[in-house]
Amino acid sequence: MSEEFEPKIISFVCNWCTYAGADLAGTSRVKYASNIRIIRFPCTGRIDFMLLLKAFASGADGIIVSGCHPNDCHYTSGNFHARRRWVVFRKLLDFIGIDTKRICFSWVSAAEGAKWGQLVNEVVADIKKLGPYEDYAKLSEMGIGPIEEEVYV
Amino acid sequence: MFKEKIEKLLGEGKVNIMIGYTESTGGQVRVFFTGLSQESNEFVFDDRCVQNLAVYVNKPEIKAIGKIGIVANLSTVKALLQLASESQIKDGQVIALAMNENNVIELDTFAKMEEFVANPHKSANDEATKKIQEILNMSREKRWEYWTNELSSCIKCYACRSACPMCYCTQCTVDCNQPQWIPVASHHQGNMEWHILRAMHLAGRCVGCGECSRACPVDIPISLLSFMLNDHIKDEFGQVAGTKATLDYALSSFKVEDKENFMR
Repeated sequence: MSEEFEPKIISFVCNWCTYAGADLAGTSRVKYASNIRIIRFPCTGRIDFMLLLKAFASGADGIIVSGCHPNDCHYTSGNFHARRRWVVFRKLLDFIGIDTKRICFSWVSAAEGAKWGQLVNEVVADIKKLGPYEDYAKLSEMGIGPIEEEVYV
Repeated sequence: MFKEKIEKLLGEGKVNIMIGYTESTGGQVRVFFTGLSQESNEFVFDDRCVQNLAVYVNKPEIKAIGKIGIVANLSTVKALLQLASESQIKDGQVIALAMNENNVIELDTFAKMEEFVANPHKSANDEATKKIQEILNMSREKRWEYWTNELSSCIKCYACRSACPMCYCTQCTVDCNQPQWIPVASHHQGNMEWHILRAMHLAGRCVGCGECSRACPVDIPISLLSFMLNDHIKDEFGQVAGTKATLDYALSSFKVEDKENFMR
C-alpha cells in the first residue's frame, strides 16, 4: 500500500498582513491543509532570497511567500521592494533550472483569512501534482560527500 | 600621445598614481601602477587590455595615495560610474584616460564619463548573448543539469569576487559564519548558493565587463548569470547599471505600477 505524497510547504509571511490573515483563518475555523509550516517575518522586505534556498535545501517541496497588498505595507514600501526582488530572483532561479512553479508569491491581507485557507489548499494540491522536489536537496549529497550539520545560531 | 598624456598628468601632479596596463610575458598585458612620470613609457593600451582596472580604484590603500588616474576601457568607465552612483568615489577623484577612435580622451568628471558611455560603442558581449539565448531555449531540467555541472567545478577561490569592481563589501555574506549562509567547502550546494547569491547581489549593478568569467581558473561562465539578470532588469524596469553617476539601482527603488503577473 503506497501512502499519498504529503508535501512539505514552508511559508514565509509578514507579521502585519498574512500572519494576521492566517490567524484569522484559525479563529474563523477555516479548514485547510496541514502541510504548511509558517515562519513569521516583520515584513516581506525582510525575507532574504537565501531563506528560500535554505528551505529547498532542507527538503521543502514548495514555498509560499506572502505579505501585505501593495500600498498596505506597515512600513509603507517593504512589499514593493520585495516584489522587485522576486521579479529578479524568479528569473534567476528559472535560468538556473530551479522549479519556480514551486514558489508561490501572494498578497494576503489581515482580513483575508478565507483567501489564506484557499491559497494553502491550492498550493498543496499543485505541489502534490508536481510530486516531491529533490533536485535542490540532492545537491548536499553530491560531490565530496554530505555536508556536516550547518551552524545556525 | 597616450604616454605623453600620462607623463603630463603625473608630472603636473594632477594625479598621484596612475593605474594602467603594461607588457607582460607571453604577449600578454598586466596591470601597472606608478606615481613617477618618467615611468609613463611602460604603459600600453591596445585590444589586449580588457581587464577592468576599476577594481583597484576602490581599494583603501590606493585611495589613500590621493588622486587616481586610470587607463580605462568602456567597462572600466561604466564601473567608475557605478561606483560613483554608490557613493564610493567622489567627482574629480578619478581621472580616466579612455580611447575614442585612436584619440585619447581625458574623462576628469562624471559628466564626461556619462557622455562617453552614452556614445554608441560596439557590443563586446555578442557571444555571451548567444550563449544566454541557447540556455534559455533549453528545458528546465536541461538548464539545471547544465548549471549543476558547470558550478560543480567551482573551487571556491573567490577570484570572481576579487576581480569584480562591484564586489567591494568589507564583509561578504559568504565569509559570515554565524549564521553560516553558505557552506564553505567547494561542495555542490555551497557552490550553487554562492553563485546565486553573487548573481543576486550584482543584479542591476553589474556593468557587464565579464571580469568574473575571465578570472575564473576553472572557466565557469558565471558572468552569464549577471548578464542575463541585467537584460531582464532592463526589460522589466528600464534601469541599466554603469550609465549614470547618480543612484539608479533597480532593487533599491520601485514603482507602484511594477508588473506583478506572478503574484497570487
